[in-house]
Amino acid sequence: MTLTDLTIAGASTLLASREISAVELTAAHNDAVAALNPRLNAYITATPEQAQEQAKAADAAIAAGTGTPLTGIPLAIKDLFCTAGIRTTAASKILDPFIPPYESTVTAQLKAAGAVFLGKANLDEFAMGSSNITSGYGPVENPWKREGSDAKLVPGGSSGGSAAAVAARIAMGATGTDTGGSIRQPAAFTGLAGIKPTYGRCSRYGIIAFASSLDQAGPLARTVEDCAILLQVMSGFDPRDSTSAERPVPDFRAAIARGVKGLKIGIPAEYRMDGISPEIDALWQKGIGWLREEGAIIQEISLPHTKYGLPVYYIVAPAEASSNLARYDGVRFGARVDGEDLIDMYERTRAAGFGAEVKRRIMIGTYVLSAGYYDAYYLKAQKIRALILRDFTDAFAKVDAILTPTAPSAAFGIGEKMDDPVTMYLNDVFTVPSNLAGIPAMSVPAGLSSEGLPLGLQIIGRHFDEETVFAVSAAIERAADFTTKPAIIAGGA
Amino acid sequence: MGYMLEGATGAWEIVVGLEVHAQVISESKLFSGASATYGGAPNSHVSFVDAGFPGMLPVINRECVAQAVRTGLGLNAQINFWSRFDRKNYFYADLPNGYQISQFAHPIVGTGVVEIELQDGTIKQIGITRLHLEQDAGKSMHDQHPAKSVIDLNRAGVGLMEIVSEPDIRSPEEAGAYLRKIRQIVRYLGTCDGNMEEGSMRADVNVSVRKPGEDFRTRCEIKNVNSVRFVMHAVEAEAQRQIEVWESGGTVTQETRLYDPARGETRSMRSKEDAHDYRYFPEPDLLPLVLDEQWVAELKAKLPELPDEKRKRFCAQYGITFYDAGVLTADQLTADFFETVAKNRDARLACNWITGDFFATLNRTGASIETSPVSAAALGELIDLISDQTINGRIAKDVFEGMVETGKMPAAIVEEKGLKQVTDTGAIDSAVAAILAANQDKVAEYKSGKDKLFGFFVGQVMKAMQGKANPALVNEVIKKQLS
Amino acid sequence: MSLDSAAIRRIAKLARIRVDDSEVATLQTELNAILGYVEQLNEVDVAGIEPLSGGAQMAMRLRADSCTDGDIAEHILANAPDRIGDFFAVPKVVE
Repeated sequence: MTLTDLTIAGASTLLASREISAVELTAAHNDAVAALNPRLNAYITATPEQAQEQAKAADAAIAAGTGTPLTGIPLAIKDLFCTAGIRTTAASKILDPFIPPYESTVTAQLKAAGAVFLGKANLDEFAMGSSNITSGYGPVENPWKREGSDAKLVPGGSSGGSAAAVAARIAMGATGTDTGGSIRQPAAFTGLAGIKPTYGRCSRYGIIAFASSLDQAGPLARTVEDCAILLQVMSGFDPRDSTSAERPVPDFRAAIARGVKGLKIGIPAEYRMDGISPEIDALWQKGIGWLREEGAIIQEISLPHTKYGLPVYYIVAPAEASSNLARYDGVRFGARVDGEDLIDMYERTRAAGFGAEVKRRIMIGTYVLSAGYYDAYYLKAQKIRALILRDFTDAFAKVDAILTPTAPSAAFGIGEKMDDPVTMYLNDVFTVPSNLAGIPAMSVPAGLSSEGLPLGLQIIGRHFDEETVFAVSAAIERAADFTTKPAIIAGGA
Repeated sequence: MGYMLEGATGAWEIVVGLEVHAQVISESKLFSGASATYGGAPNSHVSFVDAGFPGMLPVINRECVAQAVRTGLGLNAQINFWSRFDRKNYFYADLPNGYQISQFAHPIVGTGVVEIELQDGTIKQIGITRLHLEQDAGKSMHDQHPAKSVIDLNRAGVGLMEIVSEPDIRSPEEAGAYLRKIRQIVRYLGTCDGNMEEGSMRADVNVSVRKPGEDFRTRCEIKNVNSVRFVMHAVEAEAQRQIEVWESGGTVTQETRLYDPARGETRSMRSKEDAHDYRYFPEPDLLPLVLDEQWVAELKAKLPELPDEKRKRFCAQYGITFYDAGVLTADQLTADFFETVAKNRDARLACNWITGDFFATLNRTGASIETSPVSAAALGELIDLISDQTINGRIAKDVFEGMVETGKMPAAIVEEKGLKQVTDTGAIDSAVAAILAANQDKVAEYKSGKDKLFGFFVGQVMKAMQGKANPALVNEVIKKQLS
Repeated sequence: MSLDSAAIRRIAKLARIRVDDSEVATLQTELNAILGYVEQLNEVDVAGIEPLSGGAQMAMRLRADSCTDGDIAEHILANAPDRIGDFFAVPKVVE
């Protein structure tokens, strides 16, 4: 048995029964990281020694009977989560030397559950991107390849490193964050399951902020069940986050077996956009068929303001980011470039430390909030955001979940889609609306493109109804029976 | 005709609005659990939230909200049950996040009104526009190192209440009276200690001038004035400056200025372009602040009596003058002291002793009510001794001196020094007879019309009896013996 | 709304990001492309609509007033690029 091929659920059972040890499981993964990371660049900072220590402790816990489903499970942690004592960069040079003296709530909860951290996963700088190309530590290579082609593909973003690591089996699962699709789109590009939970479900404390009203933490893993196991531990009310929801966390794993009989599934007409690739449309139809076969009731719905989601997002997110990133000034932490006076120091530090995409977004954000433009841009965008939420609220009066494609294309080549920023932004057209509305959404691998690349379907649910999302996603997963593995994989293909 | 400044072209009216920043009294900061108390080693009252570290988030302090509500009630202002926080974005070394969490569009307190009393006794109403909560900034110091400035974030994140007045103030005196009133109210309520020297209360002064009857002209803001006196001087100095600008044919440009007490004038702050583009937007890390009506009602019910109410009550209840009541209610501690002393006693006597000898002693010894060498109980006992005729007023002063010096209770001092007032008519009769006998010539003069000599006889008798005689009785006996 | 080079410089100044002359033109093109893209929002009638901020509109929870944090000066200063004793140090500020 290839240890790196196991699912979290599978490994957990074997660990509990002591057929395998956490130490050997982690050792196998450390070896895999050492072997493949130089090529994939999925990790910015690998932490093999700490992982081994955590694995030893995990074995002790299991022996003592205090193990949990995550005890001894090796994970990649997106380098946006502050991990105490371990360098955290947000994939930005401006945080190159930063070692947080505190731990994010989500990673603290994972540690408390006994999980093992293999390292900090690469991402688009400050989570701004859909390809991992904007990282200050180099791009990530998607372990998937087009049939007959050697071209390096993007894993999607911003959680590109997390996705590549899990897909290549150099991590068993990973944490990501999703602000406009940054868990779901890379999951779709790499044949993984990934869920963005309801806004407020997971604490944002200790997660380096991009857009505060949109950011949410979530898991990426190879199965829907594994995502449920991870999300269970990542979730929960945190008094240190004022936007954290004071709600009990339901049993996500239990929801998986529910099935979809009698559930009403909405198919939004507006997601059938001009230029949608025929094979993605075909996959969507297939997904509809699978659910119908399992007893779901399919219904056409309308989400009239769908197409405004992206432009709204590209006002609101940069606006919040321009303010959230003002703290990166070289005064209290991070890199500094000296200047003649304080202002000069700020300007040089930020110019040197931020990459081009981050600068663009900060500047757009600064502009749309500036005197005379606030009403025309930011205020207007937040009103249209309210309309987008209203679309969903109206729809969810009629249906229980919504099925759409996750992304408008399969993974593209590193270096493609670089003509202008907007072309790259269009990757998020299907994912952004659920961030704006704060509702949970999941991507499940559903099929392959004509070039052999994974394609994902997206399931969107009501606020705090991740259970239905998991139930529908599991149904798609069962029907799709997606077993293809990427070309680059630990232990060889 | 109010206060006017004479310019070359005629009389000018001053228009002033004050923005007072009052640090909230609380254990911890507005959005973090670090200590909000003054002092502390550098950067020791600082959490990661205050220092603006990546991933840190604000969580609001209930007591700071309560303090703002209490203050709003004390300003007779409208409490807004729904309010919201906004980010005010700008870069400065003492602002770790690069933004200040404040309230711009929807403050927690709306319009109100405050009464001020001027020296000539007139009462004027000054409108309150709003009160909102916001974070204080850290402190940067520029004199610790030749090429560097240093930053201490202890104060960063401490709660501030910004109290904005309507531009109803028309003179330096009114500005001073208003600021003193605000200080008095917040000290009474315990929401801010009003200590301007330590910086827990600061004022930004908006000044403009106009010819009577005109609309408002351009105003300038004088930032961070930290004493009532300086506020009054700054108003005068800035008004003069603006008048000179207008009268020389120029225009006053809107700008931020600082008051330089050494020079007695205001000067322009080095202006930064876009200094005022704060790019306000709703704070996305916080939810709307919704106040429970029941909670606000309870806060209101538990409010201490406010200075104006207390002053009126003192007049009515204790029969003292409006002026004296003002002196006694200047701060809560003095008012409480008075009431303790006056309880079941001659209130006017208590008032006179407190506003007279007692205050003089505090001034002389540099003590405060809290560190007073004479307690309310001790002063009360002294008044009892006067009221029941054990000692007379003159002796009481000596006893009071003894109380100040030794800290002993008055009754003990009277005992020790044998200062009891002599009311024994026999002793007085003898003393008077002796004095009259020794001053036959003066007796004759008195009887032939020199009435003033009566005082001489009283004085001599008192002296002979070491001041301990009851003066009224002495008067009576002398009168009898001279008739 | 199209940005000219003066606007680019002004925004960069507000954002405290140093922008060289050589970068201004590129930024202009890129930012104008983004602004051009978001122009379509003007098609939407938003009369009477209240703006939305967070996902689920709850009311804020208030924290009890007690001193639970701080006294960690060493941690606060551990990542400082420059410090003098227990203070952060920056190039001198002239007021």
